[in-house]
Amino acid sequence: MSASAISSHHSSSATILPFAESAARVTRDARPLRLITCGSVDDGKSTLIGRLLWDTKAVKEDHAATLARDSGQQNDLGLPDFALLLDGLQAEREQGITIDVAYRYFSTDKRSFIVADTPGHEQYTRNMATGASTADLAVLLADARAGLLEQTRRHATIASLMGIRQFVLAVNKFDLVNYDRDVFERISAEFQEFALSLGVRQITAIPMSALKGENVVLPASDAMPWYEGPTLIEALELAIVRITQAGGFRLPVQRVVRPGESFRGYQGTVSGGAIKPGDSVAILPSGTVANVSQIVTFDLVRNAAVAGDAVTLVLDRQVDVARGDMIVSIDAQPLTGKAFDAQLVSLQQSGIEPGKRYWLKSGSRRQRVSVEPLTQLDLSSGQWRAHASTLAMNAIGKVHLAFEETAIFDAYEQNRATGAFILIDPDTLNTVAGGMITGKRANLAGLKREGDRVLLSLPADLAEQLMASELLAGRRDEVEVKRLTPADAAAVWKNAGSDI
Amino acid sequence: MPLSVQETEIKNPPVSRPPLDPHLKALENEAIHIFREVAAEFDNPVMLYSIGKDSSVLLHLARKAFFPGRVPFPLLHVDTTWKFREMIEFRNRVAEEYDLDLVVHTNKRGAAENITPFTHGSAFYTDVMKTEALKQALDAGGYDAAFGGARRDEEASRAKERIYSFRSPDHKWDPRNQRPELWNVYNGMIRKGESVRAFPLSNWTEVDIWRYIQAEDIPLVPLYYAAERPYVERDGMMVLAEDPRLELKDGEEVKRGMIRFRTLGCFPLTGAIRSTASNLEEIIAELEIATVSERQGRAIDRDQSGSMEKKKREGYF
Ligand SMILES: Nc1nc2c(ncn2[C@@H]2O[C@H](COP(=O)(O)OP(=O)(O)OP(=O)(O)O)[C@@H](O)[C@H]2O)c(=O)[nH]1
Ligand SMILES: [Mg+2]
Repeated sequence: MSASAISSHHSSSATILPFAESAARVTRDARPLRLITCGSVDDGKSTLIGRLLWDTKAVKEDHAATLARDSGQQNDLGLPDFALLLDGLQAEREQGITIDVAYRYFSTDKRSFIVADTPGHEQYTRNMATGASTADLAVLLADARAGLLEQTRRHATIASLMGIRQFVLAVNKFDLVNYDRDVFERISAEFQEFALSLGVRQITAIPMSALKGENVVLPASDAMPWYEGPTLIEALELAIVRITQAGGFRLPVQRVVRPGESFRGYQGTVSGGAIKPGDSVAILPSGTVANVSQIVTFDLVRNAAVAGDAVTLVLDRQVDVARGDMIVSIDAQPLTGKAFDAQLVSLQQSGIEPGKRYWLKSGSRRQRVSVEPLTQLDLSSGQWRAHASTLAMNAIGKVHLAFEETAIFDAYEQNRATGAFILIDPDTLNTVAGGMITGKRANLAGLKREGDRVLLSLPADLAEQLMASELLAGRRDEVEVKRLTPADAAAVWKNAGSDI
Repeated sequence: MPLSVQETEIKNPPVSRPPLDPHLKALENEAIHIFREVAAEFDNPVMLYSIGKDSSVLLHLARKAFFPGRVPFPLLHVDTTWKFREMIEFRNRVAEEYDLDLVVHTNKRGAAENITPFTHGSAFYTDVMKTEALKQALDAGGYDAAFGGARRDEEASRAKERIYSFRSPDHKWDPRNQRPELWNVYNGMIRKGESVRAFPLSNWTEVDIWRYIQAEDIPLVPLYYAAERPYVERDGMMVLAEDPRLELKDGEEVKRGMIRFRTLGCFPLTGAIRSTASNLEEIIAELEIATVSERQGRAIDRDQSGSMEKKKREGYF
């Protein structure tokens, strides 16, 4: 869809792909919708959630009394400072900003919600990432007076990297721009274009005053008669909860339970697919094969388990299974290997250093890894730029991961649970990055990257042909081709087949 | 006694409950995952057991998480000696029935100095008999992880806390420097002396707790159910009048009425509510139209905004 078609002046609603099509599914799914608010500092995120809680009657009388007492004279509208319902830390109240993510719970007649209100301040981007990692939907705020800022783009990018596909753009503080429709059209068009570059297509843009509660729960047809789209709460009620992981069965083993001599069960949470007694499984990384004989839970011995279920599996034979192993369906296995490609967000002051040995934890598996940065996302242009040195705090980078022992992953796009990881600094033991696996790396002697250049080792005749091709002509400075005898080339590429 | 192997293989527990709704099922799965992860990653975990409804749910989930094995860690009850009588009876019965290792700790120094909620005020009393006592017990046991039943919907600083809440060797919480906690990948790496408080019920609300108790038939201290009980009105609270240590002040009189408790703590500091809800359906119905929060009845939370954060920083749960 082209950006120009998005917010035509003829339609008064900026909803391009309404969530309505999925409404039928929603009513059958009583799981809560997980959402975040994000966007730049002071754009009104906490005020918005405070107002949402207030208007959905989620604020109890004693809390309302405390709010009134703590608010003081914060605005000339005589309204309470709704952000104080969220900013619960003393340091936050003193500075008037959000520092860490707050989780709140509310519901309407239609569904329940878990909302994570994240901080806009760049210094606390790690806490925004914490909130985004588990969300189904992001409410991205922009101050109508300021439009999209670099930090707005950073948050939108992190949210989309972490797999959020549904966005609400809240063009906030609309009371401060005289409810000017052109402002709304301009900012939403700009965002649509940016979001498309992230691959995000489900966007509902809403002009809003979080403080006054306009288009939050109650419509604001007096102030904005031209706006016919949904209020925020309507958009949230129609959003969909992330579909349970499809694909092959995955059970990262958390622990082995042996209450007696002859009982041995493997406990964990199903992270993909489904299983039933009799199914054949492989245990990774060893590759041993067995059949499932029982699925045990406290309530009953079950005849099936699906993604999300915390279970205990019993296998039909004595096999060696330990914490950190993964039990998977035999015919749809994850990727295994010692070299992977990933995207990550650097979360701490120390940055992510090339070559340093970190701990990587994914599911229940923790192992050593070294990280080689390749590129970094330039937020102002949206371009990935070559970057082989330390990824500073808040940087978003593409990296190579090199493991000492076999690692087991799915691509994050395929499975959020088995494709996600954190990096832990062995010196501070702090969590320093959150990452998403993009694929297994073809670890070829014949294909190497040296700085900005790719080194290709090929038989001489093939090398000549390639060099002569038009395709390569324009990019000669990015590639170096090394000419080998056919025998040497064959040796170099010998093990490549399975990796390509 | 641990379940025998025969029993686990043959016995299909006689449960005829309808399956949990997807919302509660998701919360249960998450809690079980956390229990297993902590039990696997830490050397010496313990579960804080306060006998209330949240602790009862927590214990139930722990038993589910490790079935058919035994709960692989002890339960710790910090006994201020001012708990409701029925709580202590319930605690002892549960420990025996479920074959649990129960550790009970009282701050000897506080008890010897006769620090009571009547004589020393709620803030100081809580500090000595709860926070200090808890730290003593955790140090004595050398625990590196402690499960608690706190929920994020209880209070504004709790809403900020991670599921793995990192504590320094002197049990302090630093809310400005919490570790990022992405997905359900928990970082359990700590140094010697440091510890983690783990909160499997973080994402549960009060209504979720009650719905789950109903769905799973979890036994509770009877004080949660309305009955005619004696009480005294004091500082705007209805204080249960059954313990002989409660001395009536001038003008106070013992009344009787249908009351119950929304939360249980030390009896002099925990106010009852007027209610006729004597079963779970009625309690849930009452809760859904309640206009005040559950903690309103607790003296220690009312002192000031931010008082909970302050206590937590000092090591309170
Ligand atoms: N006039 C007007 N003011 C608003 C509106 N929304 C928020 N504000 C004000 O903007 C200021 C910042 O609001 P917050 O809700 O704290 O902003 P935030 O996005 O949560 O800020 P951080 O979390 O620190 O990034 C407060 O003074 C709010 O009262 C609005 O719709 N209209
Ligand atoms: Mg905020």
